[in-house]
Amino acid sequence: MPRGAASEGVVLAPLLQVEDLRTYFFTSTGVVKAVDGVSFEVDAGEIVGIVGESGSGKSITALSILRLVPHPGRIVSGRILFGREGERGDVVEMSEAEVRELRGSDIAMIFQDPMKSLNPVTRVGYQVREAMAAHRRFTGRTALGRVVPMLEKVRIAAARERADDFQHQFSGGMRQRLMIAMGLSNEPSLLIADEPTVALDVTVQAQIIELLRDLSSELGTAIVLITHNLAVVASLCTRVIVMYAGRIVEEGRTREILKSPQHPYTWSLLRAIPRVDGPQPAQLTSIGGMPPDLGDLPSGCKFHPRCRFRVDRCRNEEPPLAALDAAHLARCWVPMDVALGRQEGDQG
Amino acid sequence: MRVVQRTATGAAIRETVLVQVRDLSKHFPIGGGFFSGQTVRAVDGVSFEIRTGETLGLVGESGCGKSTLGRLLVQLLPVTTGHVFFRGIDLVTLKGERLRRMRQEMQMIFQDPYASLNPRMTVGEIIAEPLRNFGVTRELDRRRRVGEVMRLCGLSPAFSNRYPHEFSGGQRQRVGIARALALNPSFIVADEPISALDTSIQAQIVNLLDELQDRFRLTYLFIAHDLSVIRHISDRVAVMYLGKIVEIGDSDAVYQRPQHPYTKALLSSIPSLDPDIEAGRRPILLKGEIPSPVNPPAGCRFHTRCPIAQFPACAEQEPPLDDVGDGHLAACHLPGKL
Repeated sequence: MPRGAASEGVVLAPLLQVEDLRTYFFTSTGVVKAVDGVSFEVDAGEIVGIVGESGSGKSITALSILRLVPHPGRIVSGRILFGREGERGDVVEMSEAEVRELRGSDIAMIFQDPMKSLNPVTRVGYQVREAMAAHRRFTGRTALGRVVPMLEKVRIAAARERADDFQHQFSGGMRQRLMIAMGLSNEPSLLIADEPTVALDVTVQAQIIELLRDLSSELGTAIVLITHNLAVVASLCTRVIVMYAGRIVEEGRTREILKSPQHPYTWSLLRAIPRVDGPQPAQLTSIGGMPPDLGDLPSGCKFHPRCRFRVDRCRNEEPPLAALDAAHLARCWVPMDVALGRQEGDQG
Repeated sequence: MRVVQRTATGAAIRETVLVQVRDLSKHFPIGGGFFSGQTVRAVDGVSFEIRTGETLGLVGESGCGKSTLGRLLVQLLPVTTGHVFFRGIDLVTLKGERLRRMRQEMQMIFQDPYASLNPRMTVGEIIAEPLRNFGVTRELDRRRRVGEVMRLCGLSPAFSNRYPHEFSGGQRQRVGIARALALNPSFIVADEPISALDTSIQAQIVNLLDELQDRFRLTYLFIAHDLSVIRHISDRVAVMYLGKIVEIGDSDAVYQRPQHPYTKALLSSIPSLDPDIEAGRRPILLKGEIPSPVNPPAGCRFHTRCPIAQFPACAEQEPPLDDVGDGHLAACHLPGKL
């Protein structure tokens, strides 16, 4: 385990503990291993980013936590331990009724397209109230009384009046605020946000990032941010998990991952993204090939066909997710420090 | 390569303007009934030029009119008022065969490589279509050219009998680029050509566009909402807000010394991948929302959200797009004050 195993004092169990999660899709053309042996933890109040491209398994990981994996997929093995001390349970083993109670009350989720998640024909205030009434924590008058403060909390101006509006009367950014209000209305301990800013303009994205950061620290809500955008992670998350081909390939503190990425995929990705600041390279370093086909994965390290630092071993043997130090893990036989050191050695 | 062009032949480039846009507007009438008579002023009186061999980046948020402007330039949309001069010839007044011939020189690359390729045609047919439309009658000639542009775009000509769905997003965008190149154009409008692609694939396409530009001395109008990509690919940048260009100038100047408060706010909104820079970044959060292009604010269109608007000037007088030094233009009464 990456963290928490300190030798002294009482160690609080993490809020969320995913252990060797495997979520497969059983299609007519074969088994697609969308998530294949993923383990990670999220502490209470922590903001963790899960980054990856299409087919990396990041969204299916998120949906698995809520047991919302669409047909023909299902969780085939693993544990998803969730909850505070004393009331922990394994989401994988829960009954449908138990999971339903968990969703929206203790774990909330917001999606990239709020337009599809909001009901177009009921007033938004009513929808926020319904989100609360669906669970036992706040009901009746209490729920009603919390609607306007909740809208104010997500900084919707003139909240009292706007509670009577319909979703089409809100802009994209405002709708995402509504989703966040609904998500947080039951004071969940974990919010899963799947690409919450992908459809938004940069100036609106900046507002939503700031809102999520403020609410997390104010309410103590942990956030798992699912995104393809490393820059959003850089600005919001304290820790980042990089996924590729259904696996975690690197994990660590955001600062370290950005400054000193150890997996060649992370390293290459950071060089493939154009930057607004700093010196401008004449050419972007592109990653050859394509994101992998999950139904037909290569042997050995799943990134090896696209990796410029591969060695023979990479073709045949899949590397484990190994700890480089207490907080930094990478799934690579030749982590970047070694690979770059070797290159310099070759030149010298 | 771009840098070399700029420093060595900067003066020469300055003299050769490929596209000149003057007072260009596009107003779309909306609905009947209550709204009849109203128009969306998508592009509202813009003037600028694109120099031969350069990439002009056009950046702005959704609804600012950047895509409409791109389509006006290649005459995919009729203009409401104003002029588009291509090699000094006003496209707006051209008709029929003469316009068609000019069109050969201007091509477009679209955002969605899934929606912009006909799924019932093989990629060979897709790339050959413009050739057929423009009088390359011999099948053999067409096939030869298709093979040529496919290779240029990093596609094996052996794939010309396959259908778009057999290709990945990045490969489809290569097909879109090959189609645009088929007629050997001099000017290409690329409208969000990489925003639908995965990050690792985006760099491949950007690098391909760069290479093709160097090789064939292409001139690009590169439209995107992503300021980082625009920074990387553009020699000069134009920033649009609500149908107007609010700032235009050399990339380095605009990114390092933005003069318009809107540009400044946009740039401050982008998270940095450098943790040290990110730690010190203070985004300028704009108040409110982009106003409706049906009824844009009087005076400066940005004044309702501007952190430094001064009244009454900003609310009453529309600031002209003025030179703030070295060909860097900004439409602001208080340029550089934020």
